[in-house]
Amino acid sequence: MPTTASNNGKAAIRLQQVTRHYQMGDTLVRAADDVSLNIAKGEFIALLGSSGSGKSTLLNLMAGLDRPTSGAIFAHDRNLAEMTSEELAQHRTHTIGIVFQAFNLLPRMTLEENVELPLRLAEVERSERNNRVREVVDRVRLGARLTHRPTELSGGEQQRAALARALVNRPTILLADEPTGNLDSATGDEIMNLLREINESLGMTIVMVTHEQPRAERFASRLIHMGDGRVLSDGGVR
Amino acid sequence: MKGRDLSELALRNLREAVLRNSLTTLGIAVGVASLVAMLSLGVGLQNLASDRLARTGLFDAILVTPKQNTPGFRRLENPASAPAAPLRPLDDDGRHQLEALPNVVAVYPEIRFPTEIHYAGNPYATVVAGVAPLDRNDGAFDQIKGSFFSGPAAEEAILQIELARQLATPPESAIGREIVLRYAERQSLPAESGGGKPDGYSIVPREEKLRVVGIIETDPAGFGGFGRARLFIPLKVAETLRATQTNDLRDLLRDTPSKRTYDSLTVRVGGATKVKDAEEAIKQMGFAAYSLLDASNGLNLVFRVFDMFLAIFGSLALVVASLGIVNTLVMAILERRREIGILKALGAADRDVRMLFFVEAGAMGLLGGVFGVLIGWLIGRAINFGTNIYLARQALPAISVTAVPWWMVGLAIAFSILVSLAAGMYPASRAARLDPVQALRYE
Repeated sequence: MPTTASNNGKAAIRLQQVTRHYQMGDTLVRAADDVSLNIAKGEFIALLGSSGSGKSTLLNLMAGLDRPTSGAIFAHDRNLAEMTSEELAQHRTHTIGIVFQAFNLLPRMTLEENVELPLRLAEVERSERNNRVREVVDRVRLGARLTHRPTELSGGEQQRAALARALVNRPTILLADEPTGNLDSATGDEIMNLLREINESLGMTIVMVTHEQPRAERFASRLIHMGDGRVLSDGGVR
Repeated sequence: MKGRDLSELALRNLREAVLRNSLTTLGIAVGVASLVAMLSLGVGLQNLASDRLARTGLFDAILVTPKQNTPGFRRLENPASAPAAPLRPLDDDGRHQLEALPNVVAVYPEIRFPTEIHYAGNPYATVVAGVAPLDRNDGAFDQIKGSFFSGPAAEEAILQIELARQLATPPESAIGREIVLRYAERQSLPAESGGGKPDGYSIVPREEKLRVVGIIETDPAGFGGFGRARLFIPLKVAETLRATQTNDLRDLLRDTPSKRTYDSLTVRVGGATKVKDAEEAIKQMGFAAYSLLDASNGLNLVFRVFDMFLAIFGSLALVVASLGIVNTLVMAILERRREIGILKALGAADRDVRMLFFVEAGAMGLLGGVFGVLIGWLIGRAINFGTNIYLARQALPAISVTAVPWWMVGLAIAFSILVSLAAGMYPASRAARLDPVQALRYE
């Protein structure tokens, strides 16, 4: 499998013959079928494919939200397939940050409370939380909106808030599932620019699921095409 | 997640669906209230009964009599038992010894004798009994018309209402009037020939003037039994009268006929808990002793069973309320599916989600428990209030039929939390098991 390892070449995520099958009625769905991938630290990956191609399944597996039917997934050399659910929760807390297409902010909490939530889960000291929240909110340029609830924010602002929430625990890997899917083109570009900025300035590994080929080509450093649960093509763009 | 964050999130969640959660909490409160009301009634009645009984002196009194030497079944069963010790008469020596026992508050004889009284020139036959100062606490004297004896040796009398009705109309008009008590005094005879033993005693008719100070309607319960006595005088006065009593005849046959003995003595100790030891000591002294301790133990058992049944009926409402918790939390899971998925995606462990729902259930239990105790206490007050209105109409004194002691408050709240946590167990584990991928699937 060809890889375009950038930066120091050490793998942030490594998938070895990963399969994820599930039963839907009488049919066996091969959402991931013998997938092997090496994602180096600092890469900005775009996982492309039509709906049902298995790209979101792969993202969920990397997030530790789902377990493979067989194979191994290494995040910083620790095999997620062998982790207990408690360890997977730790993985989600400390190693990765996730952004969703639907933003998934808790509607009854203010922006500040939403961003603070992962800090509560990570049991970060209260005295430190304010600074951490401030830091990421400034990074996504939402400092003036701290006390607003999600419904009082625009789509772009909501996705920036979700991005701040994903970054607040200082993860090393950022997973984004169609982050621009619910946004207009200009706002989508704004989010993509933020992602690139985070990738470049923090050296954060980003794996983004998208079906927008042109945007992926503009921002990602490597494109992986999926179809029927398999990797169809894998190559760099820059 | 840390406890404080967990509670903050849980309380926030409870506030979000404030109507539904309040109704659920109210359900628990009603359940706890019914439990507390039932228990408070049980405990209140028990308190009332034991208080009344304690005040009769039945439970801190020991009846001491000389040992009987009549052969009983025991003797037949166990022929090898020690030969009967010489019988010890219950005399003044014995009385002083009894008084010296630890925890003994008072020792007094039962004095009761038939007599004739004269009131306004007419004779009436009746029975007189001596009343010890401790008997003042007897419930019968609570509703005395007039007053109790002005002193332990006052030459005063209290009439039982039946006698008072015979003497005067209206009976109250007898209060303050004088009655003359005619009785037979026992007088010791000196020894006839020098060095010989005293020959016995003679019986002389006497009169004693007494002033009526009060009238009572109910018979005092007193241990020795004031049995059908209709005229009560201070025990000290009764003793100084040296009126002839039924056991005097037996004294005549003893070696020391002039030495007076008692039919029985009542020993009062400082509380029902001290009865057992004192009773043991008295038996060691060679007297027969009898107390109502066993009877009181039986009574407590009856009340415990009664309380248990009340608690079971009271708990039924709480069990129904706990179904409300299950329902509310299961609904909350359906509603908060996505939120649970988000929490898990952000790093919440199954344990965190489980605890979150658990704390929510516990918080509803705590709140419901506190309100329930309050409502239950108010119901108890209402029962008391209603009972006392009824009693007041019957011209009876106010009583307290319900009681909410602190242990009941703590127990009810703890029970409420426990039941709520148990009810939250299924929803909590169901929420914890929720598959985040399913929960977050974009719809």
